[in-house]
Amino acid sequence: MNIHEYQGKEILRSYGVSVPNGRVAFTVEEAVEAAKELGSSVCVVKAQIHAGGRGKAGGVKVAKSLEEVRTYASELLGKVLVTHQTGPEGKEVKRLLIEEGCDIKKEYYIGLVVDRATSRVVLMGSEEGGTEIEEVAAKTPEKIFKEYIDPAVGLQAFQARRMAFNINIPKELVNQAVKFMLGLYQVFVEKDCSIAEINPLVVTGDGKVMALDAKLNFDSNALYRHKDILEYRDLDEEDPKEIEASKYDLNYISLDGNIGCMVNGAGLAMATMDIIKYYGGEPANFLDVGGGATTEKVTEAFKIILSDPKVKGIFVNIFGGIMKCDVIANGIVEATKQVGLNLPLVVRLEGTNVELGKKILEQSGLNITAAESMADGAQKIVSLVS
Amino acid sequence: MSVFVNKETKVIVQGITGSQGLFHTKQMIEYGTNIVGGVTPGKGGTEVEGVPVFDTVSEAVEKTGANASVIYVPPAFAADAIMEAVDTEIDLVVCITEGIPVLDMVKVKRYMEGKKTRLIGPNCPGVITPEECKIGIMPGYIHKKGHVGIVSRSGTLTYEAVHQLTQAGIGQSTAVGIGGDPVNGTNFIDVLKAFNEDEDTYAVIMIGEIGGTAEEEAAEWVKANMTKPVVGFIGGQTAPPGKRMGHAGAIISGGKGTAAEKIQTMTACGIKVAETPSVIGETLISVLKERGLYEKCKTH
Repeated sequence: MNIHEYQGKEILRSYGVSVPNGRVAFTVEEAVEAAKELGSSVCVVKAQIHAGGRGKAGGVKVAKSLEEVRTYASELLGKVLVTHQTGPEGKEVKRLLIEEGCDIKKEYYIGLVVDRATSRVVLMGSEEGGTEIEEVAAKTPEKIFKEYIDPAVGLQAFQARRMAFNINIPKELVNQAVKFMLGLYQVFVEKDCSIAEINPLVVTGDGKVMALDAKLNFDSNALYRHKDILEYRDLDEEDPKEIEASKYDLNYISLDGNIGCMVNGAGLAMATMDIIKYYGGEPANFLDVGGGATTEKVTEAFKIILSDPKVKGIFVNIFGGIMKCDVIANGIVEATKQVGLNLPLVVRLEGTNVELGKKILEQSGLNITAAESMADGAQKIVSLVS
Repeated sequence: MSVFVNKETKVIVQGITGSQGLFHTKQMIEYGTNIVGGVTPGKGGTEVEGVPVFDTVSEAVEKTGANASVIYVPPAFAADAIMEAVDTEIDLVVCITEGIPVLDMVKVKRYMEGKKTRLIGPNCPGVITPEECKIGIMPGYIHKKGHVGIVSRSGTLTYEAVHQLTQAGIGQSTAVGIGGDPVNGTNFIDVLKAFNEDEDTYAVIMIGEIGGTAEEEAAEWVKANMTKPVVGFIGGQTAPPGKRMGHAGAIISGGKGTAAEKIQTMTACGIKVAETPSVIGETLISVLKERGLYEKCKTH
């Protein structure tokens, strides 16, 4: 789960990790009020959307007066920002972070992620702050330093110190940087982060080390033990179909094509998208109905697929293992009746009780095209929608 | 022969009295797996499906002589369940549970250091040696005893591949689901090594998906060490970056972990990658024929 920058900074502040003073604003008036309260001669007006690259897209403005805060806030609120992470449709700005300006001496990068190869949390740092770490990794990999953290004891001060020296934090500020990294690690493990990225971490003219930006992502599997983090969820930032699907425990991801897919199992669901593309079609979504697909779940899945106006046909691909094909077939028939399906529907069933399942579909009198294999089904749906 | 499990394997079920545990215990017994006991804290002394239930794993292992455990415990308690099993230094732990917090698994992996237990999963369908031992949730009947090993990050995609093989008269030595989580126990290389050493496995199918670089590392290992042909498939060629595709580990992040990269490395390392999931079986058969292994793998 993603949260906004200002929310991330709230969490960091509560752990004593240094961030600039700032306030969130939903309206122009609130923005001006926030700037007044901060009382700083320079304020930064930052668009809050769940995507990186805001600066380059014009979503971050430096205001030297309350009037400028007003101008920038009215300019940004309601504006659709297009960054390299939002896709061409962009994202509408509905919240702003008004933050006191600071005198930046140098920018650094500090990040924490789980490293799959070592099964450990790794602290990464670089003195090439402000640019994306992937870019640094590609161009100057020698400028990225890593510290692997033993979960039994956590990040140790010597590791944070070594990092600070490696990335050339000024000597007199190393202790502050160490405190910063130890605090960030504490946030990471106590809040079950999947990413905690500070880019840039800055050193200021008045000798402070602080997070100028903060990107915190959380492990969805751990949200059950972090009700406070769930409060930060911003539904405006999510696809409405994905929100609907999550209510029914369906794994749904919206894509750009016109062939709706309903599949059991994540791997098979991905492979189904791939095979549609292979035969010249474009999948409209990823959808894993899970192992225990009931009639209710199948019905909801159909409704969600059909709520996408781009969808011109549906491909159901089920490998019934423990879940029997006749149960799935009944679910499809029932769901089709309920939602009044008018689009072409291709169904491929395989596995337990497959013959019975096929018979149920045939006898339903519904306009369902049966497929013999994944390839057959993909070809059929592609030709039906084109 | 086979890898990890066979007809001698004695299995206990952690979470045997839960709905999932109970259902799959029945299925495993029906398949012929030697289930010798179960564990549910507080239900010790009772009996389920004709097997004794114990309060702790150590007691279950001591009383039954089990050498494998399978876990059907809800995600919030699964890491603890794995560690309880690892503590007894039992040979094999298979964790089916989906949705374990990643940092819990980071702790589990640290806890396992220096212990002899092998963990398969979590978030996996389990492991099966056809006609001998099924530990997990896969439909047993689609499998057939034979000589092709399978290792996969995905459940239903494995069933798809197994089904294609069985339909074509090609049996399997063992099928291992290593799971879809970013931090897991046994990895591709561990399984490939085991298949390479197993006399009864003549060829291997390796099914990967987007996210991480485990497939690339495995491909390099295959190139350097594997004496048997390997055929592959990678799911998620059309997956958008930054989105978690069902499995916690199936995500392209920072431009890393794409299907294209994986397919390229695997191909460069001599692994023939099936173009679509529908032709995994065909691709394997063509390779078996090239290598003169087809007749040996075909079950008569």
